[in-house]
Amino acid sequence: MATKQTPLMPREEELISSSTAEPTLESTTALLRELVSILRENRTELRQEWARRITESRLLTAMTREEVFAEATTVYDNYVAVLETGSVEALQNYARDLSERIIPRGVETQEVLGVVLLLRDVLARALFKKYQLNFDLLNQVLDAYEPAANRIANTVAVGFVQERERIIRQQQEAIRELSTPVLRVRERLLILPIIGLIDQQRARQLTEQLLRGIRENRGKVAVMDITGVPAIDSPIANRLVQTVEAARLLGATVIVTGLSPEIAQTLVTIGVELGKMNTVGDLQGGIELAERLLGYKVVPVEDVASRSR
Amino acid sequence: MDVPILKQSRYLIASIQSALSDEDLLRLRDALADLVGRHRARGVIIDVTALDVLDSFATRTLRAIAYTTKLRGAETVIVGIQPDVAFAMVQLGLTLEDVPTSLDLEEGLAFLDQQLEESPAGP
Repeated sequence: MATKQTPLMPREEELISSSTAEPTLESTTALLRELVSILRENRTELRQEWARRITESRLLTAMTREEVFAEATTVYDNYVAVLETGSVEALQNYARDLSERIIPRGVETQEVLGVVLLLRDVLARALFKKYQLNFDLLNQVLDAYEPAANRIANTVAVGFVQERERIIRQQQEAIRELSTPVLRVRERLLILPIIGLIDQQRARQLTEQLLRGIRENRGKVAVMDITGVPAIDSPIANRLVQTVEAARLLGATVIVTGLSPEIAQTLVTIGVELGKMNTVGDLQGGIELAERLLGYKVVPVEDVASRSR
Repeated sequence: MDVPILKQSRYLIASIQSALSDEDLLRLRDALADLVGRHRARGVIIDVTALDVLDSFATRTLRAIAYTTKLRGAETVIVGIQPDVAFAMVQLGLTLEDVPTSLDLEEGLAFLDQQLEESPAGP
């Protein structure tokens, strides 16, 4: 420790002597370099202080003390590296990686930001302590330190929020995918239960999924149940009619079931051409018609037994 | 490019291999109208699986083929329209009305067999 400290001392003297001069880019770099060596020297101590403050502030409660300490160490080292090189790229990657790990465990944005700000404070305190006898130098050191520290806090917070947004987008995509399932109930018979409002995007997806489903499952009849659809406007209604026609070009028949009174009236009012659509009152009726079209006959077991006797 | 036309029992199968010019389509129409009578065919299958676009002329010609062969005693079924092609056609208002369609060759044959069963009398 003592041997490391010695080369610093004369430089400190130099800086004191030039403290009245305007801070140039060079002096900032020099200050940051000095800062980095101070932070490296006091790594153990400062890191512990930081981890203690994290626990004290009840941040990151979803993680164990060991985990907090391990992450804190990496963040600390990354932090120092950013101060040294001025490049936030490594930290950005690390922040993204960290977010990926801790978001599923319920860590909140304010906690992450709080933790980074705590580190900033802990380090700032250390600087205050070191330079308490020389106010001018302290000012200069802080001038160099603060923008870098703020940039780091910014990077980490943005990384975290971006990761969150990415997860949200991914989930939205998954929900959308699930929202129009094409299910096979029998050989060559598909059903398409639709629940909730249909917007342009969902209508497009519905067409795609149905046509793809017909091709993949070699579907001959598809029952589209819209019992759970509260309302339909005219572009969507036309889109549905087009989907039904496209399915016919693939050789499949589409039966639409569960048209609510409102939707039925809307369709009539806006004059959608319904002649090409097979409609049946409810899903049960639709499936029965589909089975008839496919040549299935569903009979209770007892009837079959008594007939064969 | 001429479309190969195969005879399979009482059916004719025209399998389109690549994009066709308008003239090719007209030749296909004439060939099928002629061959249906010569082979006493009861059904025609036109396989368009290889086509990734069906424009209005092609659609009109396919419909003309279907009507013509029907008058000559053979039902025509179009098979293998791709999902994207189908939706594009519908959006352009080309719906091949009254022309039977099937998923693929196998389905088309099954459809014709069923038709034949329902009306077994020859031409």
